[in-house]
Amino acid sequence: MAAIAEFFKIDGDRVAECIHEAHMQLDTARDQTTLDFSSVLRISPKDLRAMEELVERADNQSVKVVLCGVNVDIYKVLKLVKLTARFSFASNGASSIEAHQEESGHAEATE
Amino acid sequence: MVTIEVVPQQVRIPLATENLSAERIAYLDGLLQQARNAAAVFTQYTQEDVDRIVKPMVVAGLEQAQYLARLAVEETRLGVMEDKALKNMVATEFVYNYVKDKRTVGAIREFPERGLVEVAEPIGIILSLTPITNPTSTVLFKCIMAIKTRNAAIFSPHPNAWHCCHEAVRIMYETALKHGAPEGVFTCLESHGLQDNAYLMRHKDVALIDATGGPGVVKAAYSSGKPALGVGPGNTPVYLEKTADLNMAVVDIITSKTFDNGTICASEQTLVMDDEIYDLALKKFAELGAHICNEKETKVLERTVIDPETGFMQPIAVGQNATDIARMVGIPVKPNTKLLIAPIQGVGREYPLSAEKLFPVLAVYRAKSVDEALKVCVDVNHAGGIGHTAVVFSRNDEVIRKFADVINAGRIIVNSPGSIGAFGGVYNDMVPTFSFGCGTGGGNSTMDNVNVYHYLNIKRVAQRTQAHMWFRVPNQIYFNMNAVENLRRLESTSTIIITNPAMEHMGHVDIVRRHIPARTLVHVSVIPDAEPEVTVIQQGVEALHFYKADQIIALGGGSVIDAAKIMKLKYESPDADLEELAAPFMDIRKRVVEYPTTKINRARLVAISTTSGTGSEVTPFAVLTDKLAGRKVTLADYSLTPDVAIVDPQFVMSMPKVLTADTGIDCLTHALEAAVSIYASPYTDSNAMQAIRLVFKYLPIAYQHPHDEEARSMMHNAACIAAIAFSNAAVGVNHALAHAFGARFHVAHGRANALMLPHVIAFNASVPTKFMPSPNQRGYIAHKKYATIADLLSLGGSTIDEKVKKLIAATEKLLDQLAIPHSIAELGISREAFGQAMPDLAKIAFDDPSWRANPRMPLVSELVQLFWSAYEGWGGAGTHKHSA
Repeated sequence: MAAIAEFFKIDGDRVAECIHEAHMQLDTARDQTTLDFSSVLRISPKDLRAMEELVERADNQSVKVVLCGVNVDIYKVLKLVKLTARFSFASNGASSIEAHQEESGHAEATE
Repeated sequence: MVTIEVVPQQVRIPLATENLSAERIAYLDGLLQQARNAAAVFTQYTQEDVDRIVKPMVVAGLEQAQYLARLAVEETRLGVMEDKALKNMVATEFVYNYVKDKRTVGAIREFPERGLVEVAEPIGIILSLTPITNPTSTVLFKCIMAIKTRNAAIFSPHPNAWHCCHEAVRIMYETALKHGAPEGVFTCLESHGLQDNAYLMRHKDVALIDATGGPGVVKAAYSSGKPALGVGPGNTPVYLEKTADLNMAVVDIITSKTFDNGTICASEQTLVMDDEIYDLALKKFAELGAHICNEKETKVLERTVIDPETGFMQPIAVGQNATDIARMVGIPVKPNTKLLIAPIQGVGREYPLSAEKLFPVLAVYRAKSVDEALKVCVDVNHAGGIGHTAVVFSRNDEVIRKFADVINAGRIIVNSPGSIGAFGGVYNDMVPTFSFGCGTGGGNSTMDNVNVYHYLNIKRVAQRTQAHMWFRVPNQIYFNMNAVENLRRLESTSTIIITNPAMEHMGHVDIVRRHIPARTLVHVSVIPDAEPEVTVIQQGVEALHFYKADQIIALGGGSVIDAAKIMKLKYESPDADLEELAAPFMDIRKRVVEYPTTKINRARLVAISTTSGTGSEVTPFAVLTDKLAGRKVTLADYSLTPDVAIVDPQFVMSMPKVLTADTGIDCLTHALEAAVSIYASPYTDSNAMQAIRLVFKYLPIAYQHPHDEEARSMMHNAACIAAIAFSNAAVGVNHALAHAFGARFHVAHGRANALMLPHVIAFNASVPTKFMPSPNQRGYIAHKKYATIADLLSLGGSTIDEKVKKLIAATEKLLDQLAIPHSIAELGISREAFGQAMPDLAKIAFDDPSWRANPRMPLVSELVQLFWSAYEGWGGAGTHKHSA
């Protein structure tokens, strides 16, 4: 089966909502979903809960969740709550995102 | 005085969690997950974010101080509402005043001069156990601390103070949340079970337990295996010494002991008074509302307010006022009696009232002397109060100092109330707190007033620093032919010339004498031409004393100058212990032993060198032989450096060829080792490089044409200049090898150096197996230094490796020109003899301090390899057999 990727740009002002949208669009037909955190400076407990729920469902549906553009402060938060092992991380920056999309086959941005 | 040791029974909190239901565990796990997320998210906050939250929390605490105090009294039935309100205000306002400007996020302290920065790292989840005696104030305090340090806290209040604590947590949480704190940053257990604490204490997500309460709580916290701040009970002795301001002391003690009905664990428990003021003080206590119990009443109190089984206070009395307690136990007192004072004759289980009493009952003891008073205070301190708090009232600083020496307490409160004083910030400048660390004596991890810094992991960012270097040389160096004439400039009443027979025989002593001003009394002391022995030094020092010398002229080679250095040392500082001064050291700048600075006599040391190698005339070293002990003692200190050096080539014109060669190569070794030393600096480099250039140019000439004045002069200068370099940069592994080998096989020092030199250059120029720690150097540079030397000598080569090879070849060529053997084998030492000596050679070389500045740290196996390379030798220019 060809690799299919979903791509979500996360709005820094409504992180939980964006993650929730990604959550709702998780589809077993897709192998992975990519969340672009490059606009997110800080996350809240609510955002964390949304991420936990997303990754929980993604695991159940064998969908790989890739986070890109995650700043080191947020990465540390994820590390502290032991979530880093449950996500994949791509390097920061648009070029990395593009490279990631290319690697994944025909990328499909939803936002 | 009677003392009976008290061993308090511990109240046990079970750590078993078997009885926890699945539902309860799920509830606790939910709290933990919420707190974990909050703590993680909190790490993103800045100092400004945090401070924006803390201030309104403090204001909310102040606004609700009375409300929370009322709740606490109603729920716990302990203490005084007004006092609890004050405590709530101290817990907020005073604590805020302390923390408001403190940095607790990011870089919190910087020490630029030390290259150190302290960076705060939050702890995570803090399990906070709070007591019944100070319930809401402790919660307010801990909430402020947690927010200020970006931590999440789960509160587990005392079961009998749950409601008021829950309310205090709610007020703090809602305020914090409103001002941006992460959701879930505070939670308070709903209802309470001991197993909850046990579960939480052991949970992997709880980072720290902050337990304020009784001994059981504290012990459970420490038993959990988690990092814990467990601060528990005390037993505060208070010494009222006869010089004290009695009026102030009596009021302070009543204020403190009745504050919140004595529920503060830092409050006074046993008052020890000097006999001279005892009666007057009791009279004043009585005048101000205290009831002085008679013997019978004291007995009643002993039986009723202290549990005869455990020796601990009865819970029913805790936090009650004196009048109620008196009524409870049947002691008739005046209305509104503030305090019950009970005279006791000793401390310990037989004197129950000497225990901690968190209610307004104060034991008093009449002491016949300061000594007795201090001993009773020590007894009280050790009867359950170790590490906590003690109080002294006195105007005698000596008494206060002695009290502080003998009492083991984290807070020694002077001339002020114990309970309020211990809080800090009110009567003194201690850190405000509601948690008193009691140190190891109290089973606690800290003795501090617990504060924000205990809620942080503090990281130290240490910048690379450079050691402070120096460059020291004698005050005056006179050089070139007839430089000895400068002796005329040196004023002296009595001069002793230390020299050897050869100098006298060659007429050098007469030359020197001619240049000493006629008015100076001159005595000549001739010593053997060998490394100085203890007896020689003693005789020399006696002569210095006898002639009351103010100047010593050392005329000779390294041995004579070394002898003169040590004589000067012992003459000026007779108590100097040479054995002790010879203690080993790694870095002269950080050595343990200190050379004497107090001098009984003073004498100028003028060193006139008659060889061109050791450079002893400018070095801070001296070697002494102790034949009786069968050992050599090496002294090293800049105070040994001669005051004046005279580098006059006329004294070396007649040096034999072998000596010219050996000392010349010693000089070259000094310069080469100083150049690559880990202590090399631009100052030493300039000297080392110049010395190397001079040696390569002039040593062959001085060797072939001994009467060539220019060559002799330049070699004499080279020896001095190289010595200046290694005096400040030290030598290296070549010297360590040469010392061991030379001593074992009786080979002259310079020659032993020569046999090692090409191999050591190759060794240092190769990639080290182990690098020497060398903060003053950026990367490994020895091979580059050698290449620079090759360039200086115009040896050619286009790469560093080629240049190093050229330098080795040039060195070997120089050794050839000086007819120095190519190998140890050529000295006639058999392979078997050398092999047998090898274990000792390697051990001695490794113990030799010389290599401590070598750029490459030698392994013992590498020393062995170097020795064998030197044994095999080199086969001509550039063909040395060592291959590191």
